Amino acid sequence: MIPVQFDYLAPTSVEEALAALGEHGDDAKIMAGGQSLLPVLRMRLNAPEVVIDLGGISSLRGIRDDGDALVIGAMTTHHDVRDDSLVKEHALLLSKAAAEVADSQIRHRGTFGGALAHADPAGDLGAPALALGAQFVIAGPGGTRTVEAADFFVDLFETAIGDDEILVEVRIPKHTGWGAHYEKFVRVAHQWPIVAIAATVKGSIDEARVGLTNMGSTPLRATATEQALAGASATEDGVREAAQLAAEGTNPPSDLNGAADYRQHLARVLTGRAVLKAAGA
Amino acid sequence: MTKIELTVDGAAVSDDVEPRMLLVQYLREKLGKTGTVIGCDTSNCGACTVHLDGTSVKSCNVLAVQANGRTVTTIEGLADAAEGELHPVQEAFRECHGLQCGFCTPGMIMQAVDLLAENPHPSEEEVRLGMEGNLCRCTGYHNIVKSVLHAAGQNEGATA
Repeated sequence: MIPVQFDYLAPTSVEEALAALGEHGDDAKIMAGGQSLLPVLRMRLNAPEVVIDLGGISSLRGIRDDGDALVIGAMTTHHDVRDDSLVKEHALLLSKAAAEVADSQIRHRGTFGGALAHADPAGDLGAPALALGAQFVIAGPGGTRTVEAADFFVDLFETAIGDDEILVEVRIPKHTGWGAHYEKFVRVAHQWPIVAIAATVKGSIDEARVGLTNMGSTPLRATATEQALAGASATEDGVREAAQLAAEGTNPPSDLNGAADYRQHLARVLTGRAVLKAAGA
Repeated sequence: MTKIELTVDGAAVSDDVEPRMLLVQYLREKLGKTGTVIGCDTSNCGACTVHLDGTSVKSCNVLAVQANGRTVTTIEGLADAAEGELHPVQEAFRECHGLQCGFCTPGMIMQAVDLLAENPHPSEEEVRLGMEGNLCRCTGYHNIVKSVLHAAGQNEGATA
């Protein structure tokens, strides 16, 4: 399977990329690592006239310490996020989730920003980003703006990124020393999760953040669970009640992998497991 | 057409290619390197795995233009052919009977080499997880895992 013909642009700066996007508008598609885009193009589910490859913009790669936050360049690969020592220290949840994206080959090419901008509800990074209160830095013709995680994910494959904008980096408030676990339930290794739970906890347990993957059209926060976990003990009995609240207010899809009520059941069970593992219990 | 220049299996190559051409097509159709195979065409099976700048990628999920200026190693460039020797991982697959029909083998070996470069002494579980992006429809994976462990110097699979 071969994509339809397109023109290929490889800008070397964000300004150049924005100019190309401005010129070609709806006819253009931004390519980050291409690991989700290329299958779409090959299956001809999309046929852009122009592909703008961000691979040549070195300023979009890398992770830096910025006081109370980490800043992750949009083109940083999953592999690099997984192994980064700053991420492990200050946002362990992202390292754990990045390790679970697809498979090794895909993690070498696929990017943090690309996956978040793609906004697949079954993608592994949305729930952790939401749980950690990520801020999305988006560049456009008028400069850059910052969007809170709660406002970034709009709907299935839809984010707050405008047609003439590019996600350039993601700020992750530091959760230094917090325990973390990404509990992913799959039918086949390396596939998308049927449901996954992103949990990170301070102490055992002073505070908790819990994100849900594939429990709706966007990543979700299990806020009732988070509140119930504050001050809970990191034991099966201690987290059971809080985990039972994990599916509250969710409207998950029904598909060949499972019905909505099964997904809600999974969310409750997996939340208990994820929180205990995050707490090191 | 877009001009690309890259290094493939140690040789500098340059070509004008359509931007839509996949790296695996370029390797097979332009360079004749048919040792790298197309299995599923959906980025699932890993049969087309090659190394791009030293790390494994699925070459059906990379455009040839994305490899511009970079270094590609395929199964054909893994061993020193002039010396007539196999790469140690290739040798291990032969020794441990790590294949049946052989179709997935180029990708399996390229991924195994990547895995061992990152983790020279993996546990069996780490091998299974590290090879999760490569599908085999014949072996049930058992001898493939043995082969990788054998290549890593853990010899319990050697008698298979």
